[in-house]
Amino acid sequence: MSTPEAALAEMEALIGVPQYEEEGEFPVERGYIWTSCASVENGNPLYWDDAVAAEVTDGPVAPPSMISVWFRPHHWAPGRVQQHLPLQIHFDLKARLELPEAVMTDNTVVFHEPVRPGDVLRTRQILRSVSELKETKLGVGRFWVIDVEYENQRGELVGVETYTGFGYRRKEAS
Amino acid sequence: MTLVASSVVLGDVEVGDRLPELRYDVSATTVVLGALASRDWRPMHHDKDFAVERNGTKDIFLNTPNQAAWFERYLTDWTGPYGRLGRVTFKMRGSVFPGDTMVIDGVVDGVEVDEAGCGWVSLAISLTVDDDVKTTCAARVAVPTAPGDNPWARRGAAWQP
Repeated sequence: MSTPEAALAEMEALIGVPQYEEEGEFPVERGYIWTSCASVENGNPLYWDDAVAAEVTDGPVAPPSMISVWFRPHHWAPGRVQQHLPLQIHFDLKARLELPEAVMTDNTVVFHEPVRPGDVLRTRQILRSVSELKETKLGVGRFWVIDVEYENQRGELVGVETYTGFGYRRKEAS
Repeated sequence: MTLVASSVVLGDVEVGDRLPELRYDVSATTVVLGALASRDWRPMHHDKDFAVERNGTKDIFLNTPNQAAWFERYLTDWTGPYGRLGRVTFKMRGSVFPGDTMVIDGVVDGVEVDEAGCGWVSLAISLTVDDDVKTTCAARVAVPTAPGDNPWARRGAAWQP
């Protein structure tokens, strides 16, 4: 069993290293685009009128905010034994650094190339930083920053999600 | 032929401008439809017993990806289809439940043209229920600098979100 210092060094060695690369389980498709727009009554003609999409975006595109939708696995799939969690590095950090509680404090999404029906997207997770021990009102722990990058089948970056998490141990009741 | 009659143009926007408020009565259908539309099968977004007994909340609640879709709809209702999202940052403070009337409003806090010539509007948006802030969203959206300009046509170094 490694020491806390060794566990921290092991995680720090992964900073900047792409992990958990995977491909979406299905191509981007318009049915989900329309269902998403319907769920929030989004009448933007880009998503409903092909002539407008042709004029503005050179053909149909997906709403940028759907970027993570294309990576949520089916609720069930034949033969599936195990699947990666969307932010597996977050859970790795909790486990390796023995910080049982965690919250996400911040989520930023940056949108690059438009996502289009038929695209097959790929994703990878990259740990960007792990802080020194910090004490907050929640407890003592570490902040970490994780990027989730998405690219299309042509290798073009379509988006980056950045999550700031805080893994911690609760303060003892006084 | 131009099919899109109206879109916000950068010169029409000033810091301090307030966007029209969006009010929406949230139902169980809103929550479940939003969760399934974003492929979020977790039970706290469709199973009230699970949400109450396991999450300790009073009911099922809107999931984060669907809230992102609500914010996008709010922004592009204002910009029109030429508006192109560049960046959003969310901070979640509380949950939105069936029976709530959610109110989304926003104010312009920045207007700029970047070095590539792209026009950007920054906005501070909030989702509230009974004046209690549930989610905030800092957004940066590109809009045409003039009629005929199209942020969606920008690629590579010309697009710096």
